[in-house]
Amino acid sequence: MIKDKVSNKADSFTNELSSKNAVIEIRNLKKSFGSQEVLKNVSFDLFAGENLVMLGKSGTGKSVIIKCIVRLLQADSGLIRIFGKDVNTLHRVELIYIREKIGFLFQSGALYDSMTVKQNLEFPLRRLTQRFTEKEIEDKVYDVLDHLGLSNTLNKMPSQLSGGMRKRISLARTIIVNPLIMLYDEPTTGLDPVTSSEISNLINDVKLKYNTSSIIITHDIKCASITGDRIIMLDDGKVYKEGTKAEMEAEEDPMIRSFYD
Amino acid sequence: MLIHESPTHKFFIEQTIKIGEKTIEKSQRFSKFLIEIASIIIFLTVIVREIFSGKFEFREFFRQCYQIGYKTLPLISVTGTAMGLVLTIQSRPTLIDFGAVTMLPGMVAISIIREMGPVITGLICAGKIGSGIGAELGSMKVTEQIDAMEVSSANPIRYLVVTRVLASTLMIPILTLYADALGILGSWAASNIKGDVSFVLFFSQAFSDVEFSDFIPAVIKTFLFGAVIGLVGCYKGFHAGKGTESVGVAATSSVVTASLLVIIVDMIAVQITDMLIL
Repeated sequence: MIKDKVSNKADSFTNELSSKNAVIEIRNLKKSFGSQEVLKNVSFDLFAGENLVMLGKSGTGKSVIIKCIVRLLQADSGLIRIFGKDVNTLHRVELIYIREKIGFLFQSGALYDSMTVKQNLEFPLRRLTQRFTEKEIEDKVYDVLDHLGLSNTLNKMPSQLSGGMRKRISLARTIIVNPLIMLYDEPTTGLDPVTSSEISNLINDVKLKYNTSSIIITHDIKCASITGDRIIMLDDGKVYKEGTKAEMEAEEDPMIRSFYD
Repeated sequence: MLIHESPTHKFFIEQTIKIGEKTIEKSQRFSKFLIEIASIIIFLTVIVREIFSGKFEFREFFRQCYQIGYKTLPLISVTGTAMGLVLTIQSRPTLIDFGAVTMLPGMVAISIIREMGPVITGLICAGKIGSGIGAELGSMKVTEQIDAMEVSSANPIRYLVVTRVLASTLMIPILTLYADALGILGSWAASNIKGDVSFVLFFSQAFSDVEFSDFIPAVIKTFLFGAVIGLVGCYKGFHAGKGTESVGVAATSSVVTASLLVIIVDMIAVQITDMLIL
């Protein structure tokens, strides 16, 4: 019964997606932790097929925004619409469907320590509402590892992988379910410049191959330059500036220059 | 001098303020304790709801049975055998003094089956399994693995908590029976250090005194020990704070709380058993 409900939802969401340009709409988002007001009034859109980079100092609430988008955190007030649906009021079944369409790359990678790379990749596939056969699961695992050049890591444990490999396997686990939206939480943090560039290029590859719309949170201006179509600067829990990559690079504002210079 | 400036008056005011502050502090602690109890009950209801939700993670459940059951066997083997050995070595001289050495097998068997086996196994498992679950889930929480499960449409309560609580509930009674058997075997070994008792005679004497009313309540309470240990470990791990320090805190508080609850559950179970038998 739940499966039928979900597939009905799937059809309606897909129809809505094709008729709207903004895949995520955020209006007047507010979130506090105790007395600390982290998000004061955030509004922006993520349009279909774009990479939106979110820049800002630590503690400005960038990660909180994307956690509110997937409802890992519940916003205090404001509107988050994904494919036209208000995330804050979704029933659990609808939320599961929305989450299946969103890939979330965590800052730490968040690979499951007790599972091999293969089991990590199989995990989300086995829990999707759309069922796959064992053969399909295996094919998908091999395909995604081939695409990322990591076929030799299949039976390794996460502890046996380098930082860059862990990030790429995490990315593989995220894209294996063919998400429509990708949320990257500081994808290049803690990596050397070469691996950072590789990950940034991989983000662009994912966009082209899987036709995703992405929000990329980063402090790394090089990553922002490689991946970003549009950039949003956050400060003090609000959107400070918004513009295309070229517009932001040409900005004279001292706050923005402090990131670029 | 005005009354409100007198030393007695000042002392009285200071003491009143101190008492007020202490009262507020104590009531805040008590309200925190009540909130924790309430959240454990909510956590338990969520687990029960997930158990009956229809979907069950069999693969993870069997993996946990292996982790909790099989991997605890060496520890339980040593403690179970030592329990029987020590109990026999300590009580044998006294029983000889009273001319009641023939009662030794029955006495050891009853004390191990009714009380020592379940409680010692429960406490050992609270240490090993409780801390293991608390630390594992705590580190998963800190490294965002639980969040990753949540966003990949998996249900972390169903996958991580239900499997561990059920595996612990099922495995601890089995470990207890195993510890009981080794304890009685250890007792026979100890009897043969200073005496000479045949294996068959020892066991027939031991089990001639044991009744089902000794055995059944002891087994039932081990299911409760298992549930408590699994529940506390999962709760503490699942509600760990941020940072690596909280993993240690989750593991330690799992052991302390689970051990304490094992003893409390045992006390209640003993009272209920006594009431029912009488």
